[in-house]
Amino acid sequence: MPEVTANPATRPRTSAPVRPAKRAPDWVEPLLYLTPSLLILTVFVFYPLVRTLYLSTFLTNPLGVPKLFVGVEHFVNALTSDQFLHSLWVSTQFVLYTVPVGILLALSLALLSIKPLRGIKIFQLIFSSPLCISVATGASIFLMMYNPLSGVLNYFLSLVGVPKVSWLTDPKVALWAVGFVSIWMRLGFNYVLMLSGLQNVPQELYEAAVVDGANSWHKTRHITLPMLSPTIFFAAVVGVIHAFQIFGEIHIMTGGGPSDATNVVVFQVYQMAFQNWEFGAASAQALILFAVILVLTYFQFKVGERQVHYQ
Amino acid sequence: MSQATAAGQSTPIGRHMGTIVTYVGLVVTAFLMLFPLIWAIIVSLMKPGEVNQFPPPLWPTDPQWQNYAEVARSVPVFRYLFNSVAVSAIVTGGQIVTASLAGYAFSFFKFRAKGILFALFMSTMMVPWEVTMIPNFLTIRSLRLTSTYPGLVLPFLATAFGTFLLRQFFLTIPRDLEDAARIDGCGRFRFLVSIVLPLARPGLITLGAYTFLSTWNQYLWPLLVTDTKEMRTVQIGIRFLMNEEGQQFHLIMAAVVIFMIPAALLLLWGQKYLVRGLMAGAVKG
Repeated sequence: MPEVTANPATRPRTSAPVRPAKRAPDWVEPLLYLTPSLLILTVFVFYPLVRTLYLSTFLTNPLGVPKLFVGVEHFVNALTSDQFLHSLWVSTQFVLYTVPVGILLALSLALLSIKPLRGIKIFQLIFSSPLCISVATGASIFLMMYNPLSGVLNYFLSLVGVPKVSWLTDPKVALWAVGFVSIWMRLGFNYVLMLSGLQNVPQELYEAAVVDGANSWHKTRHITLPMLSPTIFFAAVVGVIHAFQIFGEIHIMTGGGPSDATNVVVFQVYQMAFQNWEFGAASAQALILFAVILVLTYFQFKVGERQVHYQ
Repeated sequence: MSQATAAGQSTPIGRHMGTIVTYVGLVVTAFLMLFPLIWAIIVSLMKPGEVNQFPPPLWPTDPQWQNYAEVARSVPVFRYLFNSVAVSAIVTGGQIVTASLAGYAFSFFKFRAKGILFALFMSTMMVPWEVTMIPNFLTIRSLRLTSTYPGLVLPFLATAFGTFLLRQFFLTIPRDLEDAARIDGCGRFRFLVSIVLPLARPGLITLGAYTFLSTWNQYLWPLLVTDTKEMRTVQIGIRFLMNEEGQQFHLIMAAVVIFMIPAALLLLWGQKYLVRGLMAGAVKG
């Protein structure tokens, strides 16, 4: 268009035929809407993921600068170190204990509070109240109640003649004690899930079953549980991931002790990174945790798909 | 006698008994579940001497309301509260903005590479926070943002979960609305702001309530990036309170009770919306 390079004021305005405005490619506008999210996710998820992989093959200085390439040595060290394997075992025990017990308790509470009785809404609110208990709040309250000398739990036990328990300082008890707190704090979440699941079971199914002469056990076994299985499955998958990532309770109540009895994986990674300042080794351990969670979730889906009844 | 029990469920007396048993069960379990909270309130009203007494007094003989004033004097309780509210509010606002924009792109636009980009977004939900924690800490430290609000909020301003949640809400909005709006000369951004967002209000509230609560409960990240007392959030405040106050549980519990109020109010107000957010698939701790 050489003629428009002339002085714009003298440019002939009407002589040129009106060309349709050139359309921008179709991805320009949506990309603008995606930019803020992409920017944050790139800096704080994608880049760190790559960076963790990279760091896991290096010895770093305390500033996090990679100094010496060591290949897979950190992974080999972790998978042959008693301490790391022990922390994986502690986490596994924690998951096996807290997830099923938590879901069973929540399911019982939901079954107990599903009937349309007067005032049932108040009980439903109370049962979901642990939702507003944060880690630090819950852990500090139980730290006080678990106090071996003046704690109220040992007092209640003494009323029925049970000797004092060293809840958090006895290696045999500590993980169960912390797990109990975790189950309680998680109960609100699980309860809300189970209650919503129960409320979504069509009432006609029960009515039809009654006509066929089913008793309440039949109804629970053949209607409620199958209809609730997707909810239970979801709670189990999310619960396992959550329980593998437990940290706050441990940090506040036991510090991984006594003698590593509550040294869960995330606490182990935290110590490696932020107390020993060995970012390379800690990165390798975090990646192993990632792999464990991925494999477990995959198997849960494999097994779950066969058990779960979708409508 | 055996006939009566067999028919138990259908006679009026039997049904009454069932209801009474249910109520007893409800009251007992509700009490057990609330006991830690009730106990925290009771201890927060005790005298210093009563706290470490054994057997513990089950009721404060002379409620010490001044414990609340005392802990507020010795610890910057309101500063911690302000920090937590500010951080949670900024993260919530930020996520609503970024997730609305991204969710809009993924629901109302057709473009090349949409499928791949969406899969890329969703894949971030699989990555546990611990895996990205170390580089994120190093990033925030190298930007000299430790113990600042940007350091506390930046990594959480956008999530795949929020994008996905809002996209699901946006997809329920009829397409005809967009055609009609465009004929009336409404630009696409204006369509988002003046039509899509108001229609998706329940979705925005759900995302907001859920994000606020999970940010409020964050523990590990604020622990890593706060070195100064003034920048502690409520959670970190409680943690260090126990170091500083030792066995003075009456003061610690007074602070704990104060710190529980905002989350409790949020639960009372937004329970319905929270439930929806949790149902949509909450993975964050």
